[in-house]
Amino acid sequence: MAKVVLVLGDDISTDHIYPGRYMATVLPNETPQYALADYPLNKKLNTGQIPPNSIIVAGENFGCGSSREQAVSALKGWELIVIAKNFARIFFQNAVNLGLKLVICPTIEAEEGDELEITETAVINHTKGKEFPIVPIPATRQAIIDAGGLIAYTRKRLLEERRPTY
Amino acid sequence: MGMTMVEKILARATDRASVRPGEVLEPRVDLAMSHENSALVINQFQEIFKDTGLEAKVWDPSKLAIIFDHRVPAESAKTATNQKKIRQFVREQGIEKFHDIRGDEGGICHQVLAESGYVLPGYVVVGTDSHTTTHGALGAFAFGVGATEMASVWALGRVLNVEVPETIKVIISGRIPPFVSAKDVILALIGKITAQGANFKVLEFHGDTIRRLPTSGRLTLCNMAIEAGATSGIVPPDEETLRYLHHECGISGLELDLSPDPDAHYAEIVELDVSTLTPMVAFPHMVDHVKGVEEAYGLPIDQIMIGSCTNGRLEDIEIAAHILRGKKIARTVRLLVFPASYRIYHQALDRGYIKELLEAGAVVMNPGCGPCLGVHEGILGDGERGLSTTNRNFKGRMGNPNAEVYLCSPAVAAASALTGVITDPRTLDLPEPQSLP
Repeated sequence: MAKVVLVLGDDISTDHIYPGRYMATVLPNETPQYALADYPLNKKLNTGQIPPNSIIVAGENFGCGSSREQAVSALKGWELIVIAKNFARIFFQNAVNLGLKLVICPTIEAEEGDELEITETAVINHTKGKEFPIVPIPATRQAIIDAGGLIAYTRKRLLEERRPTY
Repeated sequence: MGMTMVEKILARATDRASVRPGEVLEPRVDLAMSHENSALVINQFQEIFKDTGLEAKVWDPSKLAIIFDHRVPAESAKTATNQKKIRQFVREQGIEKFHDIRGDEGGICHQVLAESGYVLPGYVVVGTDSHTTTHGALGAFAFGVGATEMASVWALGRVLNVEVPETIKVIISGRIPPFVSAKDVILALIGKITAQGANFKVLEFHGDTIRRLPTSGRLTLCNMAIEAGATSGIVPPDEETLRYLHHECGISGLELDLSPDPDAHYAEIVELDVSTLTPMVAFPHMVDHVKGVEEAYGLPIDQIMIGSCTNGRLEDIEIAAHILRGKKIARTVRLLVFPASYRIYHQALDRGYIKELLEAGAVVMNPGCGPCLGVHEGILGDGERGLSTTNRNFKGRMGNPNAEVYLCSPAVAAASALTGVITDPRTLDLPEPQSLP
């Protein structure tokens, strides 16, 4: 069970999630301070008011726009979970690669403060007493998640191929 | 059943006779491009090799291209330090397709890649930039990836777990009217199919308009395919593609051996007649809030930007010079012009366009991404309204969430610079522009 800390509409771009003016900061341990920089949630994150596994609920096309991975590492740094009606492709792939938890839930209804439970097949909104089915993550992407992210997945492949050093 | 362009490219890149949408592949990469975010790619690349006992060497340095463009010259000590770190990596790895901050060969990555002949028809191109879709204009399957995915490509030379995307066939027909351009075509298309209309899919461009469109316009079209969510845009290569590669890049002897099959399966077919198209404007704060310029007519503008990977090519600067020649921009507006590369800057200098723009009151900036992503060189003030030939107008995009950005073509931008309000260039009673020789 976790609390919804922010509800957003459709077409939330990576510029909203991680504004371009902070893009000189690249390292995953430095980006979280700028997560959703122009939203009041940023201050709450930076002052320790938001526990890990808190939930952002959004509409369609979440993460559209730039390929900047900071948008994912910034949210991942706070261990946030994003539930959206659907996600833009590059953001979705970056989240899989870095292990940010995304849930595709086309009919999700939730307000700030609602308590949600995420099961294998549904999001249960306990505050509203409603259940919304989720679309599973494709198996090929799940394989990267299960490996612990793309770095670990690639490392494994690299070693399997026994690439000689030169 | 036949294959689309991208299906054919992916079949070739995986040594298969055919592929189908939804199949999962590991295509070989022909070109891997990154810019200043190489600093993060390097970090992730070194992570992959950590404790493996293997030396952290990229799979093939000749297939990497690194171009500085997002923040040039460096806007901060942090960026300068990152750029220094990347230069060192480039030297260590022996990467030759490296374009530093230089007045002879620098520029915006997507323009530099195209004009340097780094992208050929049939290539699989990945870039740590969403506008990598641009290179579909040359018949490549080109798509944006994140930094960690790029690090994986640097290590393996392949992209892991690529799902073959479905393709939408876009048929564009009719002659584009004077003072209307490829930018208006793509804005109209995005307005029609929405900002997520092609999410996870490819836009494959067809029709007589495309066959007549020079590569410069095709680059603009494919550049903004991402704004409809597309994995890539692609134009089947033709004689014009060969002309461009020969004329701009000195590449000859290429054969046109890749085209979509007549019986290829498309997820959807979208048709657009552009013979009566008018200049378009995308209203804040979404690229698919597209309306005819007349609906924006008269809105006062504080700053106008002509440039970017979308619209900083010679044709774009030419139309601006044509509109501004011998005139002065309004005293209420600032006009910033960013040629997309130094090659273009030199060509515009030789043709006298730069002088004409300066005399009109424009500020001509160094090639680069500039204020498009809100980093430097023209951030908007609180409550200001910007008009820009760039590709995105999300809230805060040009560096200030308290400002608005309208998107348009170079012709609308230049016409609006004269009046200080959003203006339809067709109302200025100008002679029809002559196309470039």
